[in-house]
Amino acid sequence: MRGEQSMVPEADVQPFESYYGKQIIKTPTWKTPDVPLYLFLGGLAGSSALLAEGAALSGNTTLERFTRLVAAGGAGAGTVCLVHDLGRPERFLNMLRVLKITSPLSVGSFILAPFSALSSAAAASQVTGRLPVLGRLAGVGTALFGPPLVTYTAALISNTAVPAWHTARRELPFVFAGSGAAAAGGLAMLALPVRAGTPAHRMALAGAALEVGAVATMEHRLGMVAEPYQQGGSGRLMRIARGCTVAAAALTVVGRRSRLLRAVAGASYVAGSVVTRFGIFEAGLASARDPKYTVVPQRERLRARQEARAEPA
Amino acid sequence: MSVRDSLARSLHGRLDDVQGDAGYGDPAEHPPRMGFFTDTSVCIGCKACEVACKEWNEVPDDGYALSGMSYDNTQALGASTWRHVAFVEKPLHPTTTDLGLPGMGPPGWDTHESGLPRAAPAGADQATESGGANDDAGVRWLMSSDVCKHCTHAGCLDVCPTGSLFRTEFGTVVVQPDICNGCGYCVSACPYGVIDLRKEDGRAFKCTLCYDRLKEGQTPACAQACPTESIQFGEVDELRERADQRLAELHEKGVDVARLYGRDPEDGVGGDGAFFLLLDEPEVYGLPPDPVVPTRDIADMWKHVGAAALTLVGLGVASFVSSAGRRR
Ligand code: SF4
Ligand code: SF4
Repeated sequence: MRGEQSMVPEADVQPFESYYGKQIIKTPTWKTPDVPLYLFLGGLAGSSALLAEGAALSGNTTLERFTRLVAAGGAGAGTVCLVHDLGRPERFLNMLRVLKITSPLSVGSFILAPFSALSSAAAASQVTGRLPVLGRLAGVGTALFGPPLVTYTAALISNTAVPAWHTARRELPFVFAGSGAAAAGGLAMLALPVRAGTPAHRMALAGAALEVGAVATMEHRLGMVAEPYQQGGSGRLMRIARGCTVAAAALTVVGRRSRLLRAVAGASYVAGSVVTRFGIFEAGLASARDPKYTVVPQRERLRARQEARAEPA
Repeated sequence: MSVRDSLARSLHGRLDDVQGDAGYGDPAEHPPRMGFFTDTSVCIGCKACEVACKEWNEVPDDGYALSGMSYDNTQALGASTWRHVAFVEKPLHPTTTDLGLPGMGPPGWDTHESGLPRAAPAGADQATESGGANDDAGVRWLMSSDVCKHCTHAGCLDVCPTGSLFRTEFGTVVVQPDICNGCGYCVSACPYGVIDLRKEDGRAFKCTLCYDRLKEGQTPACAQACPTESIQFGEVDELRERADQRLAELHEKGVDVARLYGRDPEDGVGGDGAFFLLLDEPEVYGLPPDPVVPTRDIADMWKHVGAAALTLVGLGVASFVSSAGRRR
């Protein structure tokens, strides 16, 4: 579907009515870069926590030290993004007034808060060498909260009326899991020597495969609602992201022993992960702005329901 | 609200006691559910409701831009627009292709009186009096005063992480500005595009169904100001009966295009507390044809979030297991 320039109406273009072409739902008020960056940082931090725990268990101190710092730093920077996005940042703590399972932002606050605290404690203990037992326990806790931190953000954007996000609710968690793993693995590959970074490179490669596969599944299942992921500015971002991720994976396989190629591959994984989040974010906004993505699937649904009613079993 | 409460709450489908579900006890312990029935067939587009709402609720201006698209310069509901009168100018015989021939109306419209008038809506005040089948321009005018639907299952309320949005004892949905932190989640979760953040202020605002007036036993400002009783305020159960009667009446008169919108307690949001009688498809008025509360799928979402998190754990474990094997 590269024919966005085409002026000839396609045969399968569904006609739909609207109120002077105006959008029906509101465009999300979430800001760029705050929110897409938060989606990325959560993925990076959560997956790094997992790497850190694995490194601790296998005695890979170099990897452990680095990934603990990334987990704590990512959570801190992510929190800053999240708070900065609020219309009333000074009221951030109101998020912790209630816990509602119907609000992924509420649930997420109760994942992010302990993750931030535990990851900071683990990193501080690692750096200072103080209270190693408590630090280690904090690390285990961080690893427990890490994976949910990576994937809950998919529910965060899916639990909206935004067509490109809501319809993709089944695949997005896997896209985010893969993308988070690729980012965490990639960053460690970029920073660490080949030997210490071996588990990281495995994680990045597997994450990349998961991400690319989940995006493909998603685009296939979404039908016309997949258009924003394929066309326009958001489509371009998604293509760039895939390019970075696939190139990184290829480099990982080819340049097994080269420190330089490893670093380039690592950087490319990170870039792919960042751009994926911006692409998904922008695709959501694009699907909100065009009434087509609200009206056509809903009409389709109504028609299917009417047909089902028309032919009783 | 505790986690248990939020687990026990109904997420979608029919729900006859909204307030009870929100923790107000038995129907005997709380007032009946109040709402609006907006009968657009008698709306004259005077915008008295828009003005009355602004005045009473001290809603700031929402800009003085001219839309250039119709008499509708308000354009949409928003943080500072809690009633919005839509103005639809619709050709009676829309042509599918624009042949570029000179005509009297805007391009793309068939300006001739050819073909059958669409369901000649005799008896529908809007359709006959404000430009119907006999109008030279062949243009049909539709006016409708839109408002927050005060959904049975409200997306905005479900996602609000601070508890700022709440269900009142009247079954309506209201924002508490002293708690809202402007996260904007409600904005993305409303399937109707109603609630929005006020930029200068940072917080979310929308129709309160005049909560302050309701507590005093008064009628909301818009309904009180409406000169044609297009906006009717009352108990939702009673309004539903009234709407059914009005629909039957119009159908009898041959206005087949009349239909109710948001009246069905089985629809994707469990029915609206503020519902409508329309004379065309909902999307013509800028309304979604089959809205669904996003939270209907929350269990599905959490399931996939959990599965993906476990996949990630597996991926992490595998990364180390294979390297341990390699080292030996
Ligand atoms: S219409 Fe939108 S803002 Fe109003 S109650 Fe329903 S979800 Fe909330
Ligand atoms: S913007 Fe305010 S009312 Fe809306 S979800 Fe956030 S805290 Fe709740």
